[in-house]
Amino acid sequence: MASKLTQSNRAGWAFALPGFGLIAAFIILPFFFAFGLSLTDQRLVSPNATQFVGLENYRDMLGLGLVTLEPERDEAGEIVRDEDGLPQYPRVRTITRSDEYPQYSGMGEWFSWSSGDTVKVVLASDVVFWRALANTLLFVLIVAPVQAACALGLALLINQRLRGINVFRALYFMPVVVSIVVVSLLWRFIYDGRDGLLNSMLGFLSFGAFEGHDWLGDPATALPAIMAMSIWQAVGFHMVIWLAGLQTISPTLYEAADIEGASKWQRFRYVTWPGLRNTAVLILIVITMQAFALFAQIDVMTNGGPLDSTQTLVFQAVERGYGRQDISGGSTISVVLFLLVLTISLIQRWLTRERK
Amino acid sequence: MMAVLAPENHGLRLAVRYLVLILVAAIFVLPLLFMVMSSFKPDAQLLNDTSSLRAFLPVGDLTLENYREAFDRAPVRLFVLNSVLVTGVTVLLALIVCSLAAFAFVYMNWRGRDVVLSIILATLIVPFETIAIPLLLIVSKLPWIGLDGIETTWLNTYRVQIIPWIADGLTVFLFVQYFKDLPGELIEAARVEGASWVQIYWRVVMPLAGPVIATAAILKFLLMYNQYLWPLIVVQQEQYRPVMVGLQYFFQLDTAWGEIMAYLTMITVPVLAFYLVLQRAFIASIASQGVKG
Amino acid sequence: MKRLLMTSAALTAFGGAAMAQTEISMWYHGAGNQVESDILNGIVSDFNESQSDWTVTVESFPQASYNDSVVAAALAGNLPCIMDVDGPVMPNWAWSGYMQPLSIDEGLIEDFLPGTLGMWDGELYSVGLWDAAVALYARESTLEELGLRRPTLEEPWTGEEFMAALDAARDSGNYEYALDLGMNDQGEWYPYAFLPFLWSHGGSLVDRETYASAEGALNGEAGIEFGEWWQMLFEEGYAPGTSEDPADQTRGFIEGDFAFQWNGNWRAVATMEEVDDVIFLPAPDFGAGNFIGGGSWQFGVSASCPNPEGANAFIEFALQDEYLAAFSDGIGLIPATSSAAAMTENYAEGGPLAVFFDLSNDQARLRPVTPGYVVQSEIFTKAMADIANGADVIDTLDAAVDEIESDIEANQGYGHE
Repeated sequence: MASKLTQSNRAGWAFALPGFGLIAAFIILPFFFAFGLSLTDQRLVSPNATQFVGLENYRDMLGLGLVTLEPERDEAGEIVRDEDGLPQYPRVRTITRSDEYPQYSGMGEWFSWSSGDTVKVVLASDVVFWRALANTLLFVLIVAPVQAACALGLALLINQRLRGINVFRALYFMPVVVSIVVVSLLWRFIYDGRDGLLNSMLGFLSFGAFEGHDWLGDPATALPAIMAMSIWQAVGFHMVIWLAGLQTISPTLYEAADIEGASKWQRFRYVTWPGLRNTAVLILIVITMQAFALFAQIDVMTNGGPLDSTQTLVFQAVERGYGRQDISGGSTISVVLFLLVLTISLIQRWLTRERK
Repeated sequence: MMAVLAPENHGLRLAVRYLVLILVAAIFVLPLLFMVMSSFKPDAQLLNDTSSLRAFLPVGDLTLENYREAFDRAPVRLFVLNSVLVTGVTVLLALIVCSLAAFAFVYMNWRGRDVVLSIILATLIVPFETIAIPLLLIVSKLPWIGLDGIETTWLNTYRVQIIPWIADGLTVFLFVQYFKDLPGELIEAARVEGASWVQIYWRVVMPLAGPVIATAAILKFLLMYNQYLWPLIVVQQEQYRPVMVGLQYFFQLDTAWGEIMAYLTMITVPVLAFYLVLQRAFIASIASQGVKG
Repeated sequence: MKRLLMTSAALTAFGGAAMAQTEISMWYHGAGNQVESDILNGIVSDFNESQSDWTVTVESFPQASYNDSVVAAALAGNLPCIMDVDGPVMPNWAWSGYMQPLSIDEGLIEDFLPGTLGMWDGELYSVGLWDAAVALYARESTLEELGLRRPTLEEPWTGEEFMAALDAARDSGNYEYALDLGMNDQGEWYPYAFLPFLWSHGGSLVDRETYASAEGALNGEAGIEFGEWWQMLFEEGYAPGTSEDPADQTRGFIEGDFAFQWNGNWRAVATMEEVDDVIFLPAPDFGAGNFIGGGSWQFGVSASCPNPEGANAFIEFALQDEYLAAFSDGIGLIPATSSAAAMTENYAEGGPLAVFFDLSNDQARLRPVTPGYVVQSEIFTKAMADIANGADVIDTLDAAVDEIESDIEANQGYGHE
């Protein structure tokens, strides 16, 4: 598109400089500052001098280990079993706090599984970080496609010629204009386990058969509940983007498909979907970015609980940096998150590149 | 979902379509209806109603008391004005600065262009929460030359809430995508006729950019209006506080939920108004983004 | 008090028109609380009129984000002269060099409740006009109906009696939950309200002699016994857990859904308005004594304050019984002295909340007095939430101990010798 023949170095920089300068000063510079902090032992509040510690923060956060626990045996070599006949194992802490195993010092149990009579335990030097990482990835993996799909469904639904369809468009878009903090506050009432609105509506719809569930209090449903709410809040925005894409597909293509006698599914598969390619890429990128930054919902609704089931990376970065005054640890998470998302978006770009 | 119905039964088909549209609309509107309805109820009733469908209905003792008390508790008008001011100025400057940069990236050839663009796009993935403290340290030491002479810090000002937020990767990205789709011949023709870059930007490209301006403006508006962490740490004077920091005034040891709902309803109104004004252009905007140039 | 008044009178006469007034900035956590702000502004204008050297100007912040605002301002080098500080946070700010010791007349604070004096490193850094207290809210009718003895300060419920009371409430079928602990408020409420249970079991958050370790204090036998008891409260359905919505917490006791509620005295006045026969019971004794948390908001002086004399003069001025009583009447808090208590509606002898004054005097124990407390409090909060949600008690306490110790190490012992 750009004029290939003319160089306009001075004008080009002049146009780009205000934007680039501001981004450099207020995003890039602080980010490098944060990177610098991640190489030190800086505290948020402390009279102690800051020391350069190299990659120690990264080691302390990323360190993993695998140990095998042998069941305890009595003098005769028989496995000691409890009342239920389950073998007894030594506590993990006897290893992580023992001088015999300096490599596991300070680690904790992330998860474990049995194999035969032994138990394999995955140790992490920072269990909460790994849980936050796993939750964040799970959140992105589920929310990105589901939200994109729901948004497409809604777009198809309101891409009809009906009287008053604009009103529905505006209604579906409404949650987007409400702050996520406000939305999270409201949904705490909805998800309440004792007499929340969701429970009472489900009870009403099932004629009382539904007993009620503590959505945010159960580790199995807390993250899914937050996913559902997040999708609810943001889906209207992506719906509009899909809608835009739909409206650019030439009607003549549909006419051609009708002449060929294509079914509804075939119309979607061979006309609509290929026409939405660019839109799909845009939506996927935007949703992925937003999903990785998951913070406000957690902060307002669950504080990372129950049992770390809703810990996320940005929440942990903030919790450490501010709550625990460990600004270098918080910065370390930021840098890891940046590298992670960068890698993923490079892969995404490679996967969705235009094949020639 | 229509397949089960006889195609010739138009009336019924239409009814079903509307029914589906309305049911889906209920999912999106009910929680917000809960907010608005609750703002008119006394606390005890509000909290009791959350266990039934009454939460969505204007029933019981309806009163404006919550609104009155909210105004007593916090300078609501001041907070809304601050937010609207900061948001408005930022949106305006962001549209200019980011579109200028995008113009340079799309239409001009200059050394370093691709590298700079890649760097800007990479900043898309830096969550603000993670750079807040370093940024605080920077702005607290920045000098400023203003009408009252030289100042040594940016803390406790409007500018500290505005300037760092003017340029961002997403807005530049939106403009770049849009400009790429405009017919390049227009620009070439203007160049041949001897128009300057500034003229091309202002007379040729920007008049065609209405749709993307609306999109970018709404996104930026939402981002700015909902600012919380940043103003919290850089503003220590009530006179500069925005609405989301103001929300904290309502979380006392003895939280008055009715007042919170009233406050939330009030601060949502400006955003809704802004959206409705721009809605037409907004939907048209995104619609045109799919057009490949 | 007399001496102070005379001094300020003398200053007024002496200073007079000779010098321009110097401005003293002050930050307060009361934004959004009209009554509290009015009282404070009253004290400030009284002070400004009483002398002509200093003019105090107040900037109010919402309590929920006050600490974040102060830390950010400290990082940016922008602290005011007089600052309001939550008692247990003070050592952290003093250690960090944000604050300087007070230089006020010690005679003024002789009679103050122990929880209102903020000591660090052997010096007084902050002083509060009030303390807060926690009590077990109950109805007189509930005790009668369940046939329970009414516990007193001299003879509180034992752990068994307490559990028997919860059992009776649960078995009666009249309540959705026997006990409400306010589990939805995962902030400073957790250590403030729940550390006393740990203490009463004989445990401690950290070793309070050295503040260098938590091993054996939090995860020792007493700590584990406490943790198992804690988990049982939720497993057996005595109390609602962390996901309780804020509405239930506010209304549950008043509506009669909870038989007992562990709650702060700041809710007492509002509750009395709706529940005629509400009574406030002392904490149960699980064997090692009965405790509640002490230490509320206090005034201190920032290290960067250019006019500490003015700041100290204001704090001395604010410590008058009249103001202590005004705060108490206005927001229901416990006045710092018994002479001020006598002037209040609720805490005077025979007043409906007088029991809180005695609770605070007899049962109050400060949260760990160490700069590390701000971090330890977060670790404790998470551990309590996790145990309530079913995490393995011993593992969780062990992990909390590990975290506390690595934090102490990362901070080079937090300045304890």
